[in-house]
Amino acid sequence: MNGSHATGSPYAPYTDDERTAMLESVGVDDVEELFDIPDDVRFEDAFGIDARSERETRRLVRSVLGRNDELTELLGRGHYGYYVPSLIDHLADRSEFLTSYTQYQPEVSQGFLQALFEYQSLLVELTGLEVANCSMYDAATALGEAATLAERVRSTSGHRVLVPDLLLEGRRSTLENYVAGTDLEVATYPTDDANADLDALADAVDEDVVMVYAENPTVRGTIEERLAEIGDLAGEADALFVLGSDPVALSVLQRPADVGVDVVVGDASVLGLPTSYGMGLGLFACREDYLRQVPGRLVGAGEDATDRRAYTLTLQTREQHIRRERATSNICTNQAWVALRTAMHAAYLGPDGMVDLAKRGVTRADDLADRLDEIVGVTAPVHDRHHLREFVARVDQPARAVADDLEKRGFAVHVVGEHEIQVCVAGVPDERIDPFVDAFTEVAR
Amino acid sequence: MSDDSGAGRDDRARYDQARYVEDGQYEPLLSEKDRTTVEIGGDDDSPLPDDLTRDSLELPALSEPELARHYTRLSQMIYGIDSGPYPLGSCTMKYNPKFTEDVAALPKAAVHPDRSETSVQGSLELMYRLQDYLGRIGGMDAVTLQPPAGAAGEFVGIRVATAYHEHNGEGHRDEVIVPESAHGTNFATAALGGYDVVSLPSDDEGRVDLEALEAALSENTAALMLTNPNTLGLFERDITEIAEMVHDVGGLLYYDGANLNALLGRARPGDMGFDVMHYNVHKTFATPHGGGGPGAGPVGVVDELAPFLPAPRVREADDSSGSEPTYELFDPDHTIGKVHGYQGNWLVLVKTFAYIARLGDEGLLDASATAVLNANYLASQIEYDVPYEPFHHEFVASAGDQDAADVAKRMLDYGVHPPTTKWPEIVPEALMTEPTEVESKDTLDRLAAAFNAVAAEDDETLEAAPERTAARRIDQTDAARSPRLSWHALENDE
Repeated sequence: MNGSHATGSPYAPYTDDERTAMLESVGVDDVEELFDIPDDVRFEDAFGIDARSERETRRLVRSVLGRNDELTELLGRGHYGYYVPSLIDHLADRSEFLTSYTQYQPEVSQGFLQALFEYQSLLVELTGLEVANCSMYDAATALGEAATLAERVRSTSGHRVLVPDLLLEGRRSTLENYVAGTDLEVATYPTDDANADLDALADAVDEDVVMVYAENPTVRGTIEERLAEIGDLAGEADALFVLGSDPVALSVLQRPADVGVDVVVGDASVLGLPTSYGMGLGLFACREDYLRQVPGRLVGAGEDATDRRAYTLTLQTREQHIRRERATSNICTNQAWVALRTAMHAAYLGPDGMVDLAKRGVTRADDLADRLDEIVGVTAPVHDRHHLREFVARVDQPARAVADDLEKRGFAVHVVGEHEIQVCVAGVPDERIDPFVDAFTEVAR
Repeated sequence: MSDDSGAGRDDRARYDQARYVEDGQYEPLLSEKDRTTVEIGGDDDSPLPDDLTRDSLELPALSEPELARHYTRLSQMIYGIDSGPYPLGSCTMKYNPKFTEDVAALPKAAVHPDRSETSVQGSLELMYRLQDYLGRIGGMDAVTLQPPAGAAGEFVGIRVATAYHEHNGEGHRDEVIVPESAHGTNFATAALGGYDVVSLPSDDEGRVDLEALEAALSENTAALMLTNPNTLGLFERDITEIAEMVHDVGGLLYYDGANLNALLGRARPGDMGFDVMHYNVHKTFATPHGGGGPGAGPVGVVDELAPFLPAPRVREADDSSGSEPTYELFDPDHTIGKVHGYQGNWLVLVKTFAYIARLGDEGLLDASATAVLNANYLASQIEYDVPYEPFHHEFVASAGDQDAADVAKRMLDYGVHPPTTKWPEIVPEALMTEPTEVESKDTLDRLAAAFNAVAAEDDETLEAAPERTAARRIDQTDAARSPRLSWHALENDE
């Protein structure tokens, strides 16, 4: 029987008798003899980390995380706190999903492969593009991968990647790192009232540009009105048109394939994960022309020995474990389990639920902006645009002070300028809206 | 699929994975259960003008009970570490303690990344303490938690090396040396970082060939990337000399943490002369692999490289006083910037912290001891030849005249997951096997019995395998020839 031992790892099942028998089979007296480590690099010290019982460990983590304040987050800018139904937690936590590895043995991994195939299909439907991979790490790294894709597939000798001047710093910086080893360089184009400034963009696009990046909605929550024109500008220069978005926005906003988009990136975990301090799911979809240059894993449908449809990782010759330094990306471990959760959440919502969630993101943002606009010393929204989920408000008081005061009253908002605050309604329960408006009224005066 | 096939005999293990067949096909896709089209716009209720919206959206509309069954069925068609042994070499498929899911699900772990630092002191403290744990375990002076996977950790290491060399006026260094037997990510990461990859052959004993290394090193060397123990499970005994050689030409030594489980508490990369390393927390520290991810790949460096780490990092605040220290984010002086939009895979980091705090010194020491004993015991019980010794947490057996890929398929019928196959290529028909510390002697005996049963079987049996899995052998070449990557593509086919 597998008794337990008094000390050591609680997850290493053996008894002293078993250990003795195993050592005998191996032909040594002591486990230490199995370590072929020269004396000069042996570690004889201790880490000084105390072992704890499960209960103590849970108490420790609970008490450390307990220092996080409980706030109503009116925060967005790419990371949203939509309610995640219990169904997702309970099914995604089934240990076959949670504890399996990458599907290198497809015959015992059909369930996960099918779930990822369904995730890819969801993105294909949302974007109208033919190919979606089964995940990058997050929106920032997906953007970086899109740039290296642009370098590989463009026939021009150009080297400029154009991004909006309002691009989130985390995305911009990650992109810079991804292109650091290439000939590419990142340049910005101006925005006008939060959306792309088309005239300025037209001036910036020339034969030296390999990629034009835009977001819909923009980082300030506004909806781009001239996507097709951006696509035309990119197309005329033979540059890739890369769009940043997410599954909720894509449910109602213009379909990327209809406005000339070549690649869609973004964070797909707006569905499937609660706010997770930035943990995400890199969405990556593109036109079929680039299939052989796609980064990351792809699940395809094939057939098994009984001629029934079955799923498998496919086109693996693009990947690092086969192509090594000529791979399309260095990614190995990805965000598969988050992709599963996202697919589950989308399936839970269904098409009606997805569309409804997005539409409510428009109406609730509009309603809240109207209410804040009524407060003396507040103008909302600042941008004369349509909004999804979030908007910027101008406050007469210093924005930092307003945000700090709101935090004392239990609400977190973004500070995006000296007198500008950004407010997001995604995931905020209806019953928290009135108290928020009340708090805002108090602090803004 | 007759019952007298090897796997079916009463005295042998057999395994029947759930298999659902309906109308001659396996479990249907969601889209085959329902497709509903929702029109968007074209009505007065729409909050957006029609020219800003799509026309329609077509997706499955299924009830919660239907979805619960769909996903339960899918889960039953997956083999996980909770299904049985999973000795994938270099993957460290450990049992994932259940309680870590509970701590990651704590409501206070769910915070937005743009929160003020004062309002997320708990998250910052946890990150600070995890940085400290990892620094101690690796013998490193400074740690970043931002890389979301091992390959992303490698990328940070390579970018840090670039920044460091450029800072020292040595931006001309354009080569990264990688052993022939290294993980594919090493090559791909060096290339992504803009480096020429210099491939390093191993010597007859399976280790770094010092003469070849001498020849490969030059004033153009930016770094050598090394896994220790290497992919054969062998400790690079000459590590001190290797480190000196690399440092003598001004290069940096990078430690790929994929095999760190072998060394926990017994040797530390920092003490071996490594300058920068990544940790695969989804391997060494038991966070679940989730069917391919998410993992996390924190990076540790020596003091000299700390100013180049990604931003932001966590430190104790200067004005920190009283019983509860306070923590703050800061940008290292010469930071390479960011490699992830925010702080990486936060929820995975919470599980990592919990695992290390649970095991402590004695648990971590026991993990490496038992992992190494288990690998050695298993190797002693199987009939396949293991050409390279002395190995540690994993060994590479050779399937000899059998095709290693077929061996793997057949092992599935015995209810065990097969090893990594056909890699590293230095061993013909490689079966790269890493049982980890979580398997009991009984399980290892069962695993050995599966190896040995398959070793005795003929090629025909192997080629017909697997028989008892949710799907039978899948033709991957055919699937790649005409890729069908979505339910839309299947429809176009018909």
